[in-house]
Amino acid sequence: MAMFSQNPVLDGPNYSFAEAPQVRADGFREHRFNPYTDNGGTTVAIAGDGFAMMAGDTRSTSGYSINTRFAPKVFKIGGSTSSQEDANILLSVVGFAADGEALKERLDAICKMYRYRHGKPMTVNACAKRLSTILYQKRFFPYYVYAILGGLDEENKGAVYSYDPVGSYEREQCRAGGAAASLIMPFLDNQVNFKNQYIPGSGVGHALQERERTPLPRSDVEVLVKDAFDSAVERHIEVGDALQVMIITKDGIEEKILPLKKD
Amino acid sequence: MDTLVARYSRPGAFQNERHIEDGQDDLNDDTTPSLSLKFALPPVAQPSAWLRSATDDRSNPHCPIKIAHGTTTLAFRFQGGIIVATDSRATAGNWIASQTVKKVIEINNCLLGTMAGGAADCQYWLAWLGMQCRLHELRHKRRISVAAASKVLANLVYQYKGMGLSMGTMCAGVTKEEGPALYYIDSDGTRLSGNLFCVGSGQTFAYGVLDAEYKYDLSVEEALELGSRSILAATHRDAYSGGFINLYHVKEEGWVKHGFSDTNPIFWNTKLEKGEFTNVTSSFAEDEQAGNRV
Repeated sequence: MAMFSQNPVLDGPNYSFAEAPQVRADGFREHRFNPYTDNGGTTVAIAGDGFAMMAGDTRSTSGYSINTRFAPKVFKIGGSTSSQEDANILLSVVGFAADGEALKERLDAICKMYRYRHGKPMTVNACAKRLSTILYQKRFFPYYVYAILGGLDEENKGAVYSYDPVGSYEREQCRAGGAAASLIMPFLDNQVNFKNQYIPGSGVGHALQERERTPLPRSDVEVLVKDAFDSAVERHIEVGDALQVMIITKDGIEEKILPLKKD
Repeated sequence: MDTLVARYSRPGAFQNERHIEDGQDDLNDDTTPSLSLKFALPPVAQPSAWLRSATDDRSNPHCPIKIAHGTTTLAFRFQGGIIVATDSRATAGNWIASQTVKKVIEINNCLLGTMAGGAADCQYWLAWLGMQCRLHELRHKRRISVAAASKVLANLVYQYKGMGLSMGTMCAGVTKEEGPALYYIDSDGTRLSGNLFCVGSGQTFAYGVLDAEYKYDLSVEEALELGSRSILAATHRDAYSGGFINLYHVKEEGWVKHGFSDTNPIFWNTKLEKGEFTNVTSSFAEDEQAGNRV
């Protein structure tokens, strides 16, 4: 764990292969293969009726140092050109940025190849399954990445798929990933899935009825996401600087960069 | 010595591999199936030891990659077919990664698999098993038996023994030749047939209820209720289990889903209407302080 918490300036080089061998308590020097760095950051994705929103902060850290204040981690996938103007899928990656970049490039190449061969873009659910197998191909040398895939399904409903590093996946209404996932996810459970919200006066004690779940309108979701990140920035050192938001609707993908606190 | 052997040998699963660093050939080669058996390996002498240090949160609590774990799943045979029931919680360390996992995997319209252990391992290999079952159907013009399907899976995981796969799964299906058939397969290579299995961190709690009430002659309603009640007991006592109860009934015509139901209202119904779980108080804070236990 030393690698993830040390101050790299004090303790030597911070890129993983150059990590200095550590001297254990028994006096032996321990050499390890340590190919991962945690670059921090957080992502959030919410599916609505007719849209899906994906957001991520743009800070990239290693240990206590901030490497850059603008390293986007939400990507458009599967457009016919590198400008991704006609892309129909969003991918966010958080964890080890180099693995994330490699994963994005790979998925994008596969989606582009599919479009070239079949003359149509890949559907989100096909892409979701394919991403799962890509991650699983590295089951014994995993991508250190928590990926979330977003888009619109065949009925134009928002779709969000979340993944663990080795490819188990699930379609959900909302998901937070990365460093501040544990701060944001409970908030989302309550505000998006209305967990632990009951209809006032619908009963007494255990007879209370749960509030009915309905997809949120886009304006509410935009506010929700910004609030979630503002709160996470207050309490997590690896989150901050700027918020990259992408919204996918039937008219295409909109991108916005909003400010976050920079301390 | 281990290092030396490791350098010149590959685990069984990789014996026939021509190139491990497959690079980008999945883009150009149309014939490579998407569920191919080519896996990237870390460039070290003992991949499995390295993998354990990076992903196994039991041997290394600070491992960087947390893989989703923890479960209660059960399945049992009875006169009306097979009941399959699971909880829906996935945990990574102490973090509840999801409360809505689908741990019953629909291999095809008459075979079910259950998920315990590594979520990705189960999802991937049961999807792969579904592919093998379909190929069997096309080649032999009839459905694969549950015995054969489970053996295909057991042989596969045995090839990967020692590489760090983690799965405890049950295959349930009803065929004309076998009747209701239930098999347990795990990543050690174990394959057992039986009437009743519970798998996962909450297995003991589920066995407690299931063993007490189980009879082969249960009616369908009784069997569904027993499956649900056993999972409820496990979610109540095992912190790694919870969320929703996923219930399936497998018949010869295929399986039928009997809901994905929240445990919380089921728990309170079981307590308040059937008078079980009397160790739990149903009163709210003020009453409790006043000493009025209900």
